[in-house]
Amino acid sequence: MSDKNIYLPYLMRIAEITEESPAVKTFRLEFIDEVAAQSFDFKTGQFGLYSAFGEGESTFCIASSPTRKGYIECTFREVGRVTAALADKEVGDIVGFRGPYGNVFPLEDWKGKNLVFIAGGIALPPLRSVIWNCLDLRDWFKDITVVYGARSVKDLVYKRELKEWSERSDIKLVTTVDPGGETPDWQGKVGFIPPVVEQLGLAAENTVAIVCGPPIMIKLTLPVLERLGFPPEAIFTTLENRMKCGLGKCGRCNTGSSYVCKDGPVYTLAELNELPAEY
Amino acid sequence: MEAVIQRAKELLEQGEVKAVLGYAKGTGSARRPHFARQAGQLDKLVMDEACVQNLAVYVTKHEVKKLGKVAVVALPVTQRAILQLMAERQLRDGSLAILAVDDGAVKELDSASALEEHLALKAQVLNAKDKASLADLEAMDQGQRWAYWQKELSRCMKCYACRNTCPMCYCDHCTMDCNRPQWVPVASHGIGNLEYHMVRTMHLAGRCVECGDCGRACPVGIPVHLLTIGAEETVHELFGQRAGHKAKLDYALSTFKTDDKESFIR
Amino acid sequence: MANTYNLSHESLKGLFGSLRRDGRRILAPVDAAGRVELGEVEAPSQVAADYLQTILSAKEVAFPKVERLLSYTIAPGRVDLKDAEPRALPTVLFGVRPCEAKAFGALDAVFNWDYRDKFFNARMEQLAVIGLSCTKADEACFCTSVGGGPADATGSDILLTPIEGGYLAEVCTEKGAAIRALAPDLFRPGNGVDKAAIAAKVQQAFDQPALTSQLPGMFENEVWADQALRCIGCGACAFVCPTCVCFDIQEEADPKKGERLRCWDSCGFHQFTLHASGHNPREVQGARWRQRVYHKFSYYPERYDMLGCVGCGKCTRACPVDMNLKEHLIEAAGVKA
Repeated sequence: MSDKNIYLPYLMRIAEITEESPAVKTFRLEFIDEVAAQSFDFKTGQFGLYSAFGEGESTFCIASSPTRKGYIECTFREVGRVTAALADKEVGDIVGFRGPYGNVFPLEDWKGKNLVFIAGGIALPPLRSVIWNCLDLRDWFKDITVVYGARSVKDLVYKRELKEWSERSDIKLVTTVDPGGETPDWQGKVGFIPPVVEQLGLAAENTVAIVCGPPIMIKLTLPVLERLGFPPEAIFTTLENRMKCGLGKCGRCNTGSSYVCKDGPVYTLAELNELPAEY
Repeated sequence: MEAVIQRAKELLEQGEVKAVLGYAKGTGSARRPHFARQAGQLDKLVMDEACVQNLAVYVTKHEVKKLGKVAVVALPVTQRAILQLMAERQLRDGSLAILAVDDGAVKELDSASALEEHLALKAQVLNAKDKASLADLEAMDQGQRWAYWQKELSRCMKCYACRNTCPMCYCDHCTMDCNRPQWVPVASHGIGNLEYHMVRTMHLAGRCVECGDCGRACPVGIPVHLLTIGAEETVHELFGQRAGHKAKLDYALSTFKTDDKESFIR
Repeated sequence: MANTYNLSHESLKGLFGSLRRDGRRILAPVDAAGRVELGEVEAPSQVAADYLQTILSAKEVAFPKVERLLSYTIAPGRVDLKDAEPRALPTVLFGVRPCEAKAFGALDAVFNWDYRDKFFNARMEQLAVIGLSCTKADEACFCTSVGGGPADATGSDILLTPIEGGYLAEVCTEKGAAIRALAPDLFRPGNGVDKAAIAAKVQQAFDQPALTSQLPGMFENEVWADQALRCIGCGACAFVCPTCVCFDIQEEADPKKGERLRCWDSCGFHQFTLHASGHNPREVQGARWRQRVYHKFSYYPERYDMLGCVGCGKCTRACPVDMNLKEHLIEAAGVKA
């Protein structure tokens, strides 16, 4: 019996590059191997390790919806050695991908409920996957609300999609930028995410909240949701611990007895409350 | 030792210091660093020939700085390291209570100038074993020396015990941990090990206080202290400078002199 | 249960010959300028005469400090990947202590609990362990506090216990039986030797099940930061540990080709959990030391139903600042809830 090499990535060709905001890019990646392209499947919430050959691997979520077949998309900010190398790539270049890894957003459990997505800054990508997934299954859910904030207007990602969502009648989009981050023609709100959420007058009943953002935003938004009456089981988030393997072995993402790469990245607040705050 | 404990107790009780850093009995016959934060923890302090570690490695740590002012039971190597750290502006002059224990009696040295004065009276003598080992290395030809270090360093596994135990390796972000650019390969293979120890040696040339802790810390017994001590001795020979003797930074490798004997620098 | 035999010193010499004729290399503790380390031997006379343990653990036989996971070549618009094959030689590990033999189980738990790691598995398939019971112990040892013992056969394919004129040989597994089958005549019928009387006496130091059950409730206890105050944050403990399995994956490349390497890593390093953004979930050494203890004594039991520590004491012996694990566990076990 011989085992497969679990560290070998798929080879992917960059089909499209979108400049989202300063230092943030989205890649659309297509499988080079036909068989892989046909057999590859994932669920929303899952992530992968993306290779820039010559520099290494970096972990991001799959930012596209599993309902859109034939490609995956990822969005990343240039912060380290690997993301800098990825940022230098052009359409047609080859990168690597290992995945999908991790657990998923339980869409089946959310049937018949209202959904509130709350995202800050570069943390919209993991929610973008699930938002499109839910929009593609629109009749499963009741009201869908998206609250998205960034430091300034230029830091907002997925501007084309924000425009599309703002024009659709089956999704309510609220955008906000931090005070001082607005431009003269800014149509959205000005203010930090937690008070904006508080002012929306959300009903917690039969509603699921999905929150993603920098640690400080999450820390200040969770109490607001609790005040609004959301139970910890109805609040979801994703963790972004550092990872090297994605396979539950290298030990980096271990938090309590949980491996974020295996048991996460999706956690409810109720689950997080059981873990040490090492994320 | 009685006198040190007595003085440390006074300092703690009077609130002059928040902790006393010294040595305590460890596993078997070993001695280990010991932090006493209450008077009751002072009884564990010991001072004998088995106490050799350079305690200055702790005084730049964030966790230790957070304790407040610390009194350090200081051997000459610890004193030299503290003075060098002050000269390199890693420690504020007067931020520590230094209890020098090298004269049999306790001497309090609370400033860089007091340290400098005290250390000026002491000849820095390399121990006989290291001296002999350095002489052996010196006697080898280049090929033999290369082969010797290749063999020794092949055992290195990059646990960084030598770096982390060194009082002069205080950088929050070490060159070894830097990956933009990746100056030195992380992997513990031939080139990764060799480059690591070469960089460590060069970064300590002219800054090494010759405590030998790096060599003692190595779990697999690589005499890495011979690299840094060897480089330090070379700096002393060429430039007449020694680390840990001056309150004002006197660092040969960052000094320019118009009468330098090397032509390339002029 | 194990089949028990007598193996004389002379027979052991013969067994080494049989193993080598079978194409296996024999790794055993050898004396290297005063240090005891694993080395290749041909005869029992080359094995270190008197040793407590090797400095490094035997884990490097299955999980080396650096290992290639894959390689590739790069050309414009093209990348060619090449799978890596571990160099798994038929190997007999001779004379390792029962604690270390047992530790392979803790490595296996991580390498195979979900995805299977072919690099570890290829080497383990080629590996047989002939353990050697301890007749002495030191202050760092605490195998009996973590479910092991100086003559425990767990993890050994054959366990030898020194007796007059040779060894008591317990053949514990099929791999062990295959070794005996190479030279069945060398293994004489065993007598009723009381192993416990020969083995080292290692006092139980603390109540491990009680410690494991109280750990979740003492995460915020100051004992961890107190103990870690003298920790210098190096990786000596993790690298000599027979069960520490955490690793890094590193890229080494030039513009035309490269490879991906797996390297030992340690949760004690500041870098281990540091995000590219600068955020660090375990910012202080106290949190990192706590992770080490919890991973072995709380998370491992919860996740794999076993401990991540075999009580070998290697970490204590290797630590530059004498962080004595047994002593720290006794202290933690004594903390009142």
